[in-house]
Amino acid sequence: MTARLGLGHDVVGFARALRAAGLPVGVSESESFAQALAWIDPLDRRAIYLAARATLVRRREDIAVFDELFAAFFGGPSPGRGQPAPVAPRHDPHPVARTALVSYMAERAEAGVRELDVPEHHKVASPNEQLQRKDFAECTPAELEAIARAMRELRLDLTLRRSRRLIRARRTGRLDLPRIVREAARRGGAVLALARRRPKLRRRPLVVLADISGSMELYARILLQFLHGVTQRHARTETFVFGTRLTRITGQLQIRRVDAALAHAAREIVDFAGGTRIGECLHAFDRLHARRVLGRGAVVLIISDGWDTGEPARLAAEMRRLAQRAHRIVWLNPLLGRAGYAPEVRGMAAALAHVDDFLPVHDLHSLHELAGRLARIPRRKGAVHPGRSGVPVASGLAAVGPREVSYPRAPSQSGRRGQP
Amino acid sequence: MTEPARRAVAARAASPQALAVELAARDYIVDDALAMTVYLALRMQRPVFLEGAPGVGKTLLASVLADLFETRLIRLSCYEGLDLAQAAYEWNYQRQLLALQAHGRRVAAGGEPEVDDLYREAFLMRRPLLQAIDAAADRAPVLLIDEIDRADEEFESFLLELLGEFQITIPELGTLVARHRPIVVLTSNRTRDVHDALKRRCLYHWIDYPTLATELEIVRRKVPALADQLRRRVVAFVQRLRREDLSKLPGVAETVDWAEAISYVAGAALEPATVDATLGLLLKYHDDIERVRGPLAAQLLAESA
Repeated sequence: MTARLGLGHDVVGFARALRAAGLPVGVSESESFAQALAWIDPLDRRAIYLAARATLVRRREDIAVFDELFAAFFGGPSPGRGQPAPVAPRHDPHPVARTALVSYMAERAEAGVRELDVPEHHKVASPNEQLQRKDFAECTPAELEAIARAMRELRLDLTLRRSRRLIRARRTGRLDLPRIVREAARRGGAVLALARRRPKLRRRPLVVLADISGSMELYARILLQFLHGVTQRHARTETFVFGTRLTRITGQLQIRRVDAALAHAAREIVDFAGGTRIGECLHAFDRLHARRVLGRGAVVLIISDGWDTGEPARLAAEMRRLAQRAHRIVWLNPLLGRAGYAPEVRGMAAALAHVDDFLPVHDLHSLHELAGRLARIPRRKGAVHPGRSGVPVASGLAAVGPREVSYPRAPSQSGRRGQP
Repeated sequence: MTEPARRAVAARAASPQALAVELAARDYIVDDALAMTVYLALRMQRPVFLEGAPGVGKTLLASVLADLFETRLIRLSCYEGLDLAQAAYEWNYQRQLLALQAHGRRVAAGGEPEVDDLYREAFLMRRPLLQAIDAAADRAPVLLIDEIDRADEEFESFLLELLGEFQITIPELGTLVARHRPIVVLTSNRTRDVHDALKRRCLYHWIDYPTLATELEIVRRKVPALADQLRRRVVAFVQRLRREDLSKLPGVAETVDWAEAISYVAGAALEPATVDATLGLLLKYHDDIERVRGPLAAQLLAESA
């Protein structure tokens, strides 16, 4: 079939080229393409293009790359509709400044430095009490290494949600008529036991939006390591970072080795220095990813200090939209670890009305608290956590009022006050 | 169906171009890419996987195809937790329990202790997938599996198996095989990434919002009463509106509805006031309407002149 068309060579080679470019094209796809060629006019280049597209492309995002490769392989102009090719941030002609964090991670990757093995005098699993409550911003690199190791033990098990699928249950749940009848029929009509079934419990998707702009610099690296651990252990975690732009790094964080994962992520992240545009990044998230990742009762973690150079009204609007779609929004703010902090920063205040849980994330202890919190998310959307009064210690928050605020129990040791 | 009639129907899909013409005759305008995908799907006997924004006509394709091939349309609407019982078949448990009770009374009155076969045709409730297999006895039906992204992974793996062999095994009755392979159309709004294995079995196509020319043609056919000049303004406005930042972009169905409304209420020209008054036909979210109504609508109207 393909020999008759003289295209046999090309089919295999083309498939290989597509694979090299990252498209999921396997042997079965090449076979489909070859089969399809039998049904079309072999001299019609457009028909060949369309047949190839129908059999080899499985995702909308791949169409642009496919068009380029087709043009390269089979000659002629690119058959795409003339839409502007999506410009990867890397090729953006505007002068780009990388944040110090990103440069640091990139450097580290190039130097090929392996993770230092800091000699531990205690058991790995339990860093001492002091390390638990030491603010990340004040830790030495060695301490950060120890904390990173301790973090690996941390599990973030979100509360499960009830899905509509029913599975067998022993004592709880509604009656399972099919099984009852089947077993009765087997026993000549006697109903001896009442079989039951209950809704299957499923994991909630976890979506993380992490601020890695200048002001978050001191925390960003350790938090990314934390997120790497979370991604490794919790399926269905989507991770995005933002500063002036939003970048998805889910795929990169799925790489098992931490350093490699962060290095790959660093290559993806391109950011203009100078301010954070939370509202715009949330908007980009909403436009490009929200529909796909927020289904099925997702929990959204936003990690940011709230320093926003954009419009507070915009941020509030985007947060409202997000709150409509997500089951729970948890805002993690490292500044909450500092005594006397009150979210008067314009961005933070605007966003709080739509946040379900407002938590610190400045030390190891707060991460443990976070894990505990996530394990007790109420099933009903917007409900307050059981067992908390919800009244904040510092005033000024009552007016802005998230539904729930948590303060660290012990004040930070450094004694530094307020905003940087 | 007589033999000549059968051949005539088959000829409608003799080539992608012929197919496009036949679809257009039924007011469903396709571009050459979609025509090719459907054509190949029919020839290669593979399902069509249509993905795209809501309101672009994914579901409609299935009913148009059923009309084109003069065959039945069987529709399965997916949701989370959809299982074999709702999708393929279910035994009528209530009737079976009654039969058991009746049997019990008979035995008590000295009748036969053997249980009548509870698992026979009379107690079987056929759901869409089994109906599709049954209907394929005479002629291939069109099976629409709508919004597969709403179903969960367990259902997907069951579907994967089904789409391979097109047979369903009912343990008590046996295996039922489809005589003719149904024409299968799957649709997805992409609220979730459907499993790769399922997509691989299908021919994939992303349906985008139509071009200006296509949408003009659609509106011309659906709302013939609308004057040419007005029609151009209406469609241009919606095309321009889709570039705005909205929670939900208006789909083709909305354009058609709005065009119809305009044909009733507008005078010779499209005024901003009329647009404001009828915005609810295009936009279904309060936030969106508030954003667009007033100065923005007027601006978009001017830009699309």
